[in-house]
Amino acid sequence: MPKKVLMTAEDIRRILARIAHEIIEKNRGARYLILVGMRTRGVPLAKRLAVLIRNLEGIKVPVGALDISLYRDDFSSLESKPVVQRTDIPTDITDKQVILIDDVLYTGRSIRAAMDALVDLGRPKSIQLAVVIDRGHRELPIRADYVGKNVPSSRSEEIQVCVEEIDGNDKVTISAKLGGT
Amino acid sequence: MRVTEPNTFTVMPETSPPSLKPWQHNHILDLDNFTKDEIELVFETSNAMKEVLKREIKKVPTLRGKTLATLFCEPSTRTRASFELAAKNLSADVINLDAIKSSVIKGESLIDTLRTLQAMGADIIVIRHSQSGAPYLAARHLNVSIINAGDGWHAHPTQALLDLYTIHHHLGQLNGLKVVIIGDIMHSRVAHSNIWGMSIMGAEVVLCAPASLLPYGLNDFVTNCHLPPITVEPKLDIALKGADAIMPLRLQKERQQTNLLPSLREYIQLYQLNQERLSLAKSHALVLHPGPVNEGIEIAPEVAYGAQSVIEEQVTNGLAIRMALLYLTVGGKR
Amino acid sequence: MLLISGGHLIDPSQGLNKVGDLLVTEDKISWIGDKGTAPVKQGFSILDASRMVVCPGFIDLHSHLREPGFEDKETIATGTQAAARGGFTTICCMANTEPPIDTRAVVDYVKTKARMAGLVRVLPIGCITKRRRGEELAEMAELAEAGVVAFSDDGDPVINSSLMRHALEYSRVFSLPIIDHCEDKTLSQDGVISEGWVSTRLGLKGIPAASEEAMVARDLALAQLTGAKLHIAHATTEGSVELIRHAKEKGVSVTAEVTPHHLTLTEERVIGNQLTPKTYHLSATAYDANAKVNPPLRTKKDIAALIKGLKEGVIDAIATDHAPHTLADKMCEFDLAAFGISGLETAFGCLMSLVHNGELDLVTLISKLTFEPARIARNKYEELGSLKIGSPADITLFDPDKEWIVDSNKFASKGKNTPFSGCQFKGKVMAAIASGKIVYQDNLIKVKGN
Repeated sequence: MPKKVLMTAEDIRRILARIAHEIIEKNRGARYLILVGMRTRGVPLAKRLAVLIRNLEGIKVPVGALDISLYRDDFSSLESKPVVQRTDIPTDITDKQVILIDDVLYTGRSIRAAMDALVDLGRPKSIQLAVVIDRGHRELPIRADYVGKNVPSSRSEEIQVCVEEIDGNDKVTISAKLGGT
Repeated sequence: MRVTEPNTFTVMPETSPPSLKPWQHNHILDLDNFTKDEIELVFETSNAMKEVLKREIKKVPTLRGKTLATLFCEPSTRTRASFELAAKNLSADVINLDAIKSSVIKGESLIDTLRTLQAMGADIIVIRHSQSGAPYLAARHLNVSIINAGDGWHAHPTQALLDLYTIHHHLGQLNGLKVVIIGDIMHSRVAHSNIWGMSIMGAEVVLCAPASLLPYGLNDFVTNCHLPPITVEPKLDIALKGADAIMPLRLQKERQQTNLLPSLREYIQLYQLNQERLSLAKSHALVLHPGPVNEGIEIAPEVAYGAQSVIEEQVTNGLAIRMALLYLTVGGKR
Repeated sequence: MLLISGGHLIDPSQGLNKVGDLLVTEDKISWIGDKGTAPVKQGFSILDASRMVVCPGFIDLHSHLREPGFEDKETIATGTQAAARGGFTTICCMANTEPPIDTRAVVDYVKTKARMAGLVRVLPIGCITKRRRGEELAEMAELAEAGVVAFSDDGDPVINSSLMRHALEYSRVFSLPIIDHCEDKTLSQDGVISEGWVSTRLGLKGIPAASEEAMVARDLALAQLTGAKLHIAHATTEGSVELIRHAKEKGVSVTAEVTPHHLTLTEERVIGNQLTPKTYHLSATAYDANAKVNPPLRTKKDIAALIKGLKEGVIDAIATDHAPHTLADKMCEFDLAAFGISGLETAFGCLMSLVHNGELDLVTLISKLTFEPARIARNKYEELGSLKIGSPADITLFDPDKEWIVDSNKFASKGKNTPFSGCQFKGKVMAAIASGKIVYQDNLIKVKGN
């Protein structure tokens, strides 16, 4: 099955705009927010949301990058380990509202690892989750607070979010997984 | 509409998505079989580990359930503590075996001792031994990963990696830098591993030592091992000109006793790194030392504690490097 | 009576090199001639030697049989079995046993044990000094009368030059050679491999060539001074060869030997377990203690000089320096491992590689294993190393082209310590006959008749 485009650059722009509004609404402002992007594509998304929030509320929300490689639970079964990159969170997260940002929410295991990492870094007032795509098939009791689009999918499919900062253009595609499930 | 980037961030610039890179090294015995990419991967991983070390809770659950065993057959303060702490920061369990005396004298062979550790569930064994080749013997007879924490005169790969990392951290690309190693090169495993590491990263190596402390067959060694040429300069003042990094090696008093040197006094006169000589190097030149320092012998105290010294930083970096190596070597399907 | 039929007979002692038959009667060679013309009597056995070379039984001037004292490494029984498998029908065993061979009692013990094993001929070598301590001369007359063929403190050099001089002088009466293990211990101190780029690479203390050459030079000067018979054990360096060549030109009475491993392996063998390491990156196979030997393996240049020396007669003979050790002796840190290679069963196969790549011709090789060592170990009881009629029936048969793989687990020797494990050799000993009795035969050898 060739790659099918689920969302275009315009779609993504609108979604991010909506999510920025929702975050401000739910948290009644942007005062105690920290946006933490999950490496790798969550990071440019977090930066964009910070700009949008700034344009709306006039507040500079700090942005951090979180690498969860050291918190994965599938370490022993991986053929090869992911390259660990630096986790960089510029301010203390204690008593702040952390908004975790990721491109795709799937089994929920990455988010579980991210929460473990955040808890090691401080004691946030709350952790909320924003994702561009929720594709279902949760294996843990985890849900996103802010969802760009719900895309029901099968395990034999692969959903790819491309961001301009890394991939050169913005789009979301779905295709058959190479080599089956 | 492209979103412009605000300037409040100290986030690392975007890199291309990390591909799953298979780590080839089952054991870490020496740097001879490392590639430039692999060394850079170690640096990158160490950067991440350094961040963990800055946290209040310096612990991540990565190696939970794994066991690291250390077998130190030679006295050591910092290296063993460094490995132990590295393992604990990654939530691994640690067993320490002290075997200062030769295992043969104690009646248990080295291989027996190692097999016992393996049977106790060690996933990785860190060995320091006074005899060259001991870690290779271990790797030959065991199924677990072996990390060489220093064997005889032969190699000390983790030290060399942290030395390279420290220089890289301050001066960027190692390619083209001039690194001067001073002292007892013949008996120095730190020098040997650094020669490999520096050569792989494209740095120029200059060895400065009295002729009696230079390794035998150095030219053949360089040729047969396909290494770039190494400069040997017996006069310290000439060797130091334009150096980017300087590494005076620890001089052991035994060398004078076995007639390799007439006296410490003469060594100090000719080879001690003092402030005056240091000024011959580049102004940004770094002073490194594998430790422990013999103040007043190979290095003057004002240099050891001076502005250009990175000796303390080497210790912190050593911890990050060892955490990185443990992360890369343990776990995963073989 | 045994007829060895149709083999390629090579006997350098009488310039024999042709296909023919050979007849053994009881323990002597009774007849040699053209194929099919042997004067056989009733009740003889036939050994079909077609496609094989038939030559005098190999003589090893330098073997360590370890008994008495170190029977866990080897016994005279297992050592002679190993010798037979290697084609050696006579071995000279070194005196560094415990107790050392410095009295008649120990000589007799060794000879008795050899007789009981009933395989190959064992010629004991006596100590130069009492208890091999290097302090006082051993009772050479008693040892000579007991039947030793030479004197040696091998394992160690005779450090005291004055003592060595006196030993050489005293030995002149018996006309038996003094064999010296040439090593200046102050230069070789704590060294475990040859000094050079490999010792630097591996971080091991090296033994410089000068350690051997300094002692060779001293011994040659003393041999010249005393006019006695000097034999240099296991020469390994280009410098040693030159010194010996020069001494021989001056007429000094010196002979020398070289081992098979020093003719075929270099110091690089310690880096890996292939005969030529493919890479200079160390793998887990590095620091192979099976390649740890004293004197150590040297360089290609030395090998070339040794081969040239062999061909020119500067080096007279090839001797194995068979040094068996237990597994525990070798399976430890390189510095702690024992020195030595268990060489009787691989000597011939290893040497044939030199013949097959044209560096040494077959007749010279056989001469260095038979006629030349016999000349040095002149056994007053019998003429060895020859197929002349009336000689003891010590015969070796080999197939120069047979390919085989070295499996140390199959060694008859207790010592499995060999750097040739897994090597493929071309050239194999197929049978060995000592004093007319077949002491080794390969499965493919069939003897018809009684």
